[in-house]
Formats: sequence, C-alpha cells, structure tokens
Amino acid sequence: MAKKILMSGNEACGEGAILAGCKFYAGYPITPQNELIEYMAKRLPQAGGVFIQSESELAAINMVFGASVTGARAMTSSSSPGISLKQEGISYLAACELPAVIVNIMRGGPGLGNIAPAQGDYFQATRGGGHGDYHSIVLAPSTVLEMMDLTTLAFDLADTYRTPAIVLGDGLLGQMMEPITVLRSAYSVLRKDVRNTQCSIRNTKPWALTGCKGRKPRLIRSLLLGDGQLEALNDKLQAKYRTIQKSEVRCELFQAAGAEILLVGYGSVGRMLKAIVSQLRKKGVKIGLVRPITLWPFPQSELYNVSKGAKRILVVEMSAGQMLEDVKLAVADKDIVEFYGRTGGGIPSEDEIISKLKVQSAKRKVKI
Amino acid sequence: MKKVFERPKSLIDVRTHYCPGCGHGIAHRLICEVVDEMGMREKVIAVAPVGCAVIAYDYWDFDVTEAAHGRPPAVATGIKRMRPENIVFTYQGDGDLAAIGTAEIIHAANRGENISVFFINNGTYGMTGGQMAPTTLLSQVTTTSPKGRTAAMEGYPLKISEMLAILPGVSYIERTSIHSPREVLKTRAAIKKSFQKQIENKGFSMVEILSTCPTYWKKPTREAMKWVGHDMIAYYPLGVLVER
Repeated sequence: MAKKILMSGNEACGEGAILAGCKFYAGYPITPQNELIEYMAKRLPQAGGVFIQSESELAAINMVFGASVTGARAMTSSSSPGISLKQEGISYLAACELPAVIVNIMRGGPGLGNIAPAQGDYFQATRGGGHGDYHSIVLAPSTVLEMMDLTTLAFDLADTYRTPAIVLGDGLLGQMMEPITVLRSAYSVLRKDVRNTQCSIRNTKPWALTGCKGRKPRLIRSLLLGDGQLEALNDKLQAKYRTIQKSEVRCELFQAAGAEILLVGYGSVGRMLKAIVSQLRKKGVKIGLVRPITLWPFPQSELYNVSKGAKRILVVEMSAGQMLEDVKLAVADKDIVEFYGRTGGGIPSEDEIISKLKVQSAKRKVKI
Repeated sequence: MKKVFERPKSLIDVRTHYCPGCGHGIAHRLICEVVDEMGMREKVIAVAPVGCAVIAYDYWDFDVTEAAHGRPPAVATGIKRMRPENIVFTYQGDGDLAAIGTAEIIHAANRGENISVFFINNGTYGMTGGQMAPTTLLSQVTTTSPKGRTAAMEGYPLKISEMLAILPGVSYIERTSIHSPREVLKTRAAIKKSFQKQIENKGFSMVEILSTCPTYWKKPTREAMKWVGHDMIAYYPLGVLVER
C-alpha cells in the first residue's frame, strides 16, 4: 500500500501529467496556478521532459503546438486572463487536429479580475473559446485526487481524438491541499499504446513530423484555400465531436435517482453540493446531485433521465449562470430550474445554498 | 555532357504562386539547394509563416508545419526541444517576424534556441496588399502610409538583426540580399552557415534576406532589384552582424 502524501491540487495536476508521460511543458506564471508551473519546473526534467518558462502565454501555447507537432505529449497551464491569450493557439490545435492539454485554474474576472476562485470561464472552455467552429474536451475535477486523475485522462483523450483537452479547475482546487495516494493513475491504462517513446509515436501517430526519412513528407496546417477543403475539414471535426459526445460523457450521480430536488454543480461547487446532499438526506429530504465531470461533452441525457421525477433543479456556480444554459437545454427548459451563483471570486456557502432551497415559490411546490 | 545546374530535389517541380520578380522563389530555392547539398532533406522540419510564404510547403519536399502569425520561433522551439536530432528552421517575413512576432523572435534568440531563422525583409505586407511593415523605409509609400512613412508618425524602420545581434545566445546573424547574382551566392553561403551552426549546437542563428516585392512597390523587377541594392542597403547594411 503506497503511503499518502499531502499535495495541492496544482501539484497533483502536475503529477498527473508526469504519470501520463508528458514530455513538454511551457507556461507563464499567474496566480492561482503558480504551484503547477513550479512543480513542472522541478519535476518534469526529473522525468526526462522539457520545461520552459515562456515569454508569454501566447508563446507557451505555440511551443506546446510545436511539441505536439512532433507527437510528444505536451501541456500548458494558466489562469483565466492567461487562458484568454492562449485561445489563438487552441483554435489552431483544434484545426490542425493536434493533441494537447491545457489547464485553466480559474480566477475572478472579467479583465484582470482578482485571484479568488471562480467559474466564469465555462462558456470560453465549452463553446470553443477561440475563433471558428470547434470544441475542446473539458474535464472538471472536484478534488485534489481528481486533479491528478483527470489530467492524466486529458492526455489520453487528447491523443485518442487528436484534439486539445482542457482541465478546468478553479483557485480553490488549485490551492487546496489533501492527502492522496499517487499510484499509477486510474485512467492512464486507457491508452498504453500512446506512451511517449519515439517508438510509440511512430506507431500511433502517423501524422507526426519527425523528418521524412523513408516516407513521404508530412504537412500540418490549417490554411485550406481550395474549394470546399475547409468545409470538408469542418465536417470531419464535427463528426469527431459527435463521436466524443457519444463516447466520452462522464458525470457523477449522487443520490440522484428518484430525487425530488436535484442540485447541479461542477468542480469545487460540486463537492460542496455533495456535502449538502449528504447532510439533507440525513434529515429525510429527497435530494440528489448531478456533478458533470465532462463539461464538454455535457452529460445531457444523464441529467435529463434523472430530472424526469424532479420537482426542483438548483444549479449552483461561481459565475452569473453559464452551465445553467446547458442544464436548461438538457431538461428541455422545464420551468423547474433555479440558479444560485456568486461572481467575482465570491464562494457560495452551504448556508446560502440551503437557504435558497428553503424558499418556496408558487411554482415550486417542494422546499426543505 | 556534364550537368552544371538542376532543380534541387527538395524543391517540388511546380509553378509557384509568387509574383514575377518576387524574391521568395530565390530564397526557397537557395534553402533547398543547401538542404540537398548537406544531405538533410529527411531530417528537416520547417515552420511556415503567415504571409506570402504561408504555402511554402507546396514547394518544399520535406516535413513542414504552419504556425500562427508571428509564432514560428515558439513552434520551432517546441519542435527542436522534442527532436534535437532534426534540423529545424523557420521562414518568416517582416510582418511575421518584426511586427506581430517580435516577442517570440527576441526570446527564442535570447534562449539561444538551436534553430535557424530565415527572415525575408521586403519592407511591405505582400499577402494583404502592400501595407506598411515595421521595416518599411522612411518616405516609402504603402497603402497604409499613403504619404510615405515618416519617423514622426510611424517611427523608424526596425533593425531586428542589429537588435538580436547583441544577445549572447545568438551564434550567427548575417544580412544578405538577393538583388544581384553575387549577393544571391552570398545568401546561399549564409544559409549554409546557419545550418552548420545548428548542426554544431551553437544556438540561435538568423539570416536576414533583403528581398523584392515589385507588385506592391509598384516597380518593374529590374528597378525593384536596384532599389534593394541602393535604398534598402543604405538603411540595412549587408554583412555579418555577429558570429560567435
């Protein structure tokens, strides 16, 4: 039995990348994800990888682009304002069908905002974020252990689908410390074939640029000027996104089956809501939780199925209501969806959420 | 009969999209000649810019990736760090390298990234229709400096090679030109030296190649060549700026 070690979410994320065989990291310091870039500076060279503190977030994402071009597993991380700068590169990665992992430890916005935890980048992450019709796979950890496991999973999914994958955490998760057991990660067994050796790159990434020895030259590009070429690429991307939507939805349902009141939240809010469900279940309230783990693809049918018997759905976010739109779409905009959110780095407390549940409006027959 | 001149193997046998009198064709050919001569075609990974040379990969018969505007030095950094055994070069115009990508080129040079950079300076934005570049000469008329560039309004033409030459991570920078056969041969030699520096792990090297854009300079080819040899060279003197 491996012993437990105390790690912050940011460090666990870095270790998850190491476990996944990440060989390249470039990043630029920004609070509240500095422990991650510092962890990679120390840990990645030990694991035979290359760490670069880049001159900007733009340079970082483009260095990751370059590393990914060669087939190497590559990652960058930042927090909200820095992620905005990376959007250009993420769009190019999606267009060129290059795998990469981007970690966003969200902070309060818009603008420079503050350094407190927030979830205001949900739209940016799940809708594409940069220019053009594309999606990134978005994973939302809610514990330090998940920061590690979902980062490893992000590498596997990115390679499987040749697409950028985003780990969307927040300042609370990044800074929080918990004892975790670092074994081989639960998810890393998925794609043993796409480990990061020259041999595995040759076998599993027949698109990587390695020099055209013994083969025809390869080209990676996103400029498609020929008649219909760009539409053909978009059709291909959309088909890939449909496959991802079919195969890669992940969510946690906690006491959700048959619940009259459903709470919906992700990341650190999801964790908070889980504690509330446990607490209220003890009092006999028929309450449950839906915690999306993949934000894109969104667990639409999972949510729809458990919402059939629900009389109230309360969405809680550290934003003005972004995932709220996906929840409304999933439950066909039933008039039972309520929202509680805090913005600008405000963190909803258990008391605030519970008092929201105590309010009985005319439409909503159930209260606690 | 002895063959004394032929198309380099690395240069694909197709008609290019470049305008008559444009210097890109010469620069492409010189790079391919040197790649062939040094036996590196199967080791090269090139980074194409945004600008007129964006589809350089249609003419180069080796591995190539595109990069976002100005980012080739960052992309090349990622490639070279992951595959130091390959020969990595970027091919960038003056908009790509000297305007939108200034941060990337300075820091790649300062890190001493072991890559070769071929910087095509023709003092204008060809692909978008002849707008002002950071390297546009004073009084040069462009579509966005219709009365001619002035120092007061647009600042002085940027001498990137001189700026980079002071950085200790740089192994070699030379400014050359393609306006005469003699200068073409010197450009070829400079490209070769840049690759040699990379092979010897000496760090960052760059060849700034003064080039022509007859279309947007609105000059016949011969006059365009003369303009490089006279006006451009007066501001951008040729020669080795640094070799370490």
